[in-house]
Amino acid sequence: MRRIPLSALIGLAVTGAFFAVALTAQWIAPHPIDEIVSPQIWAPRSPEFPLGTDSIGRDLLSRMIFGCQVTILVATAATVLSFTVGSVLGFLAATAGGWVDQILSRANDLIMAIPSLILALVILSVTPPGIVTLVLVIGLLDATRVFRLARAVAADIAVMDYVEAARLRGEGKAWVIFREILPNALSPLVAELGLRFIFAVLFISTLSFLGLGVQPPLADWGGMVKENAAGLVYGVPAALVPSAAIAVLAISVNLVADWILARTTSLKGGRGV
Amino acid sequence: MSDAASDILLDVRGLRIEATVHPPGERARDVVIVDDVSFTLARGRVLGLIGESGAGKSTIGLAAMAYGRGGVRITGGEIRLGGRDILKAGAAGLRALRGREVTYVAQSAAAAFNPARRLMDQVTEATLRHGLATREQAEARAIALFGRLGLPDPERFGERYPHQVSGGQLQRAMTAMALCPRPGLVVFDEPTTALDVTTQIDVLAAIKEAIRDTGVAALYITHDLAVVAQIADEIMVLRQGRMVEQGPTARIIGAPRREYTRALVSVRSMEHPEKPAGGQVVLDVANVSARYAGLPRDVLRDVSVAIEAGHTLAVVGESGSGKSTLARAITGLLPPSRGRIRFSGRVLSPDLAGRAREDLRELQMIYQMADVAMNPRQTVATIIGRPLEFYFGLKGGERDARVQELLDAIEMGRGFADRYPAELSGGQKQRVCIARALAAKPKLIICDEVTSALDPLVAEGILRLLLDLQAQEGVAYLFITHDIATVRAIADSIAVMHRGAVVRYGPKSRVLSPPFDDYTDLLLSSVPEMRQGWLEEVIRHRKMESAGN
Amino acid sequence: MRKSVPVLVAQRIALGLVLLLAVSAVIFLGVEALPGDVAQAIMGQSATEQALANFRAEHGLDQPALTRYLNWLWGILHGDLGTALSNGEDIARAVGQRLGNTLFLAFWAAVISVPLAIILGLVAARHAGRWPDRLISAVTLTTISLPEFVLGYVLLYYLGVKWQVFPPIAMVFPGMGLWERLHAVILPVLVLVLVVLAHMMRMTRAAILNVMQSAYIETAELKGLSPMSVIWGHAFPNAIAPVVNVVMLNLAYLVVGVVVVEVVFVYPGMGQYLVDHVTKRDLPVVQAVGLIFAAVYIGLNILADVISILANPRLRHPK
Repeated sequence: MRRIPLSALIGLAVTGAFFAVALTAQWIAPHPIDEIVSPQIWAPRSPEFPLGTDSIGRDLLSRMIFGCQVTILVATAATVLSFTVGSVLGFLAATAGGWVDQILSRANDLIMAIPSLILALVILSVTPPGIVTLVLVIGLLDATRVFRLARAVAADIAVMDYVEAARLRGEGKAWVIFREILPNALSPLVAELGLRFIFAVLFISTLSFLGLGVQPPLADWGGMVKENAAGLVYGVPAALVPSAAIAVLAISVNLVADWILARTTSLKGGRGV
Repeated sequence: MSDAASDILLDVRGLRIEATVHPPGERARDVVIVDDVSFTLARGRVLGLIGESGAGKSTIGLAAMAYGRGGVRITGGEIRLGGRDILKAGAAGLRALRGREVTYVAQSAAAAFNPARRLMDQVTEATLRHGLATREQAEARAIALFGRLGLPDPERFGERYPHQVSGGQLQRAMTAMALCPRPGLVVFDEPTTALDVTTQIDVLAAIKEAIRDTGVAALYITHDLAVVAQIADEIMVLRQGRMVEQGPTARIIGAPRREYTRALVSVRSMEHPEKPAGGQVVLDVANVSARYAGLPRDVLRDVSVAIEAGHTLAVVGESGSGKSTLARAITGLLPPSRGRIRFSGRVLSPDLAGRAREDLRELQMIYQMADVAMNPRQTVATIIGRPLEFYFGLKGGERDARVQELLDAIEMGRGFADRYPAELSGGQKQRVCIARALAAKPKLIICDEVTSALDPLVAEGILRLLLDLQAQEGVAYLFITHDIATVRAIADSIAVMHRGAVVRYGPKSRVLSPPFDDYTDLLLSSVPEMRQGWLEEVIRHRKMESAGN
Repeated sequence: MRKSVPVLVAQRIALGLVLLLAVSAVIFLGVEALPGDVAQAIMGQSATEQALANFRAEHGLDQPALTRYLNWLWGILHGDLGTALSNGEDIARAVGQRLGNTLFLAFWAAVISVPLAIILGLVAARHAGRWPDRLISAVTLTTISLPEFVLGYVLLYYLGVKWQVFPPIAMVFPGMGLWERLHAVILPVLVLVLVVLAHMMRMTRAAILNVMQSAYIETAELKGLSPMSVIWGHAFPNAIAPVVNVVMLNLAYLVVGVVVVEVVFVYPGMGQYLVDHVTKRDLPVVQAVGLIFAAVYIGLNILADVISILANPRLRHPK
């Protein structure tokens, strides 16, 4: 086992903790997500409500725990979608070449020419609201970036002499893609996975904050910032709690991603992933 | 010679240089890259530093300017330039020294010139910054140097940008840049290595003349003993950061004392007797032309060559001559626009997709860069085993046994089957590529510059292996190279290519004997020979010929 | 065979215009293809079939999509952005008031962040691997990980409410003096600066390091030039193109950041206007404003490419 730097260890531990909370939210949350537990809105911290209550008197801690689940669920689903769609199409474009590559690449350029947030807003103004829509919109918009990376990585590998050697040997397309190109393309893509996950977390939080993401009664962290933002002007810091959660999650995933990225770029081929 | 001591310009004593390396996934550590190297250089003399890659020769050259690249540090010894220890000079002292007393000529002038500035600005910059002359004087000197170095239109040459002139011209411009401030010492770091052989000789002659005319001392770094023999008064042989031996040029190449030096001297003199013609023809290329999509003219023009079973055809030419394109046409990667290729009696389909598996099996290929010719994520056993499985359906123990036989055949033996390419040396990598080609039991192997990226001694081992395998297996080679010494070492017949066409073709003995056509004459006479005075002879000969025309 | 600079620039601009046309088609026609019905969304679930049909006829929604697209495009080319479905307001007029506000915000964010990012990038590159670089990179890694609204609320709470250094709500109205206006937007500008600064500084650092590792920098050092001469004489002329490129790309990024920041500080700009009308499902407004954002973004990208072409010595001085 190689040495893991401290920053990456912290990142791994914190990320792991968030995922654990997301998986067990139903059992560890003290109160149901939308139960009004206190007549006092924005109640300060107390032994009964460790993080106080929110804008209509619900337990903030419980909502944070459920919010964690929704945020991570949507971000994970969107990341899986963007990776599957982006890398399959990217590999296809790089290995097929010709008009397949032209059509896919130009279409991708077109989508990337519009800022993601703006395009998402345009789409969300007509589509029916819901978690599935959000996952589709975030995942597909983000797939454009995965596509670009996967295509570039695969195109770089496809011109290597060892791939040419396999073609000269008479190997079929499946061998060339799965045995020659894919094993070498995997590590740069895995490093990208973390960055795409952060992007999905920030994206869903921003959309919910704008009121266009996760809809009540469900709530994610971005939506909770929105609900409690009005309190800030009166000096109630409730909105800062979900804000901090988003920041900590993003930073800890970033620490892990940075470490993986540094490892894969310092490995020029060779064994060991 | 009473004042010999005051004539010493550079005096290096017990030089020790270390570098910090960062192996992936491990802690950074320090390694010694030069240890206990001492030499002296008198004013106006030239010392050649020679060695294979990793010998530390460039590092020593830069140390003469008290400069270390990346994490390289001078950690011991002293370097006296004109009597002063430059390692104690301090930052300002070093700036006053660099570009004024010592200057540098890099291997790749194309990278060493700033792309955004005119050549004249860059050539005169050090002279002006050090206040050695006025702008008019500096430019006049630069123009004089351009003329002396044989650059076209010296008056206006400096107005151009680096990308507007050729590689050979840039290398001369870099020499002019080094000589402009009238330094005492110039460090030449492989100045001709990146050039084609016919360009190299002109640049070499220009550098030699400029050194003689200006009376500057020089450290001349190269891996090519024949080149340094033309230019150096003394030679120091280095290996893995240590000195092997040092002496006058004539003595080093005439009577080397150490085994390593002897090997370096004899490495390019390998000869191979030509096999008699008259066997069965395995490959017959008839009137083949080819072009890349989107380019207006053919890169291969009406090429016809043939190879007999068990023989070697060497295709020789400079960069851009079309020799690698010929290989691509034969393998089906670039279908010819005209002409026909017959292989073991059958007409080959022009493109790869149309070829039978048997055609693919019998025609194998080995590449220049063994590094990128093997999948870094496959073990040696997988790399060699795949053709066995693919062509012959060998599996399991049978396959493993055959892999080991092939490893024995390439003289690598046990313990390599489970390794990855990154765990092999350069020579071992190329051997594995040879085994992979051999695994298919081919009739013909195309070898594309397979020894060019290797150090001479390693390259010689590969050539000997290829000859042994040919004797055992009866396989034919189409051997693509730019190096005449390699051609002599391996070929039975030769095709000389120039600008996409074959200009001379036949058995080795005939191709390498006069009378020559103009291009072959130029090519052959440009290959440095391992004797002093060769350069002057060639230059004199060429001047006479051009005067006679 | 190489093309001349004016041809390349003209080509790049033409390509950008084609792209913009394609983007307008995506924004108009692509949205049509999505599930969802504008009339239903505006009128609500309880609307009768007759009411929906009337609504469609009234707003021309019953015509074929292509016809409506061409009409829309024709109108935009003549400065007519259509009317809002929700309140019948002329979109061009509404945009006219808000565009100025948004540009005001973006302008000041750019004026502050660009020089700051370049200076910090230079400092980080100059001390690559040592503590100033590590500090700057740790701080920027953190700000990159934060969404704009988190940064916005943290600053709003501490600087605006708790310590009351700056006004927490960016209230602007016509007839306000420049200083008053600047004072009002300090917090949103600060947030935008922080967000853009991190990206811009990291990319500037990478661009400068890339140049500093070139062989010609070593040549300059071996000429005995002072560090300043090396940087100004040799690094700067080659670094300027990639750095300008970085700046342009980040200004394009700024355009998007504005949307969220305006909502946080309740600032009457284009972003706020867009988000409001997405919530109201007022498609004509969303499409028009979306196209304006996309056009600015594409324009800045074209500008970045044109500058790269102009700064390339190989293209400026052909063989």
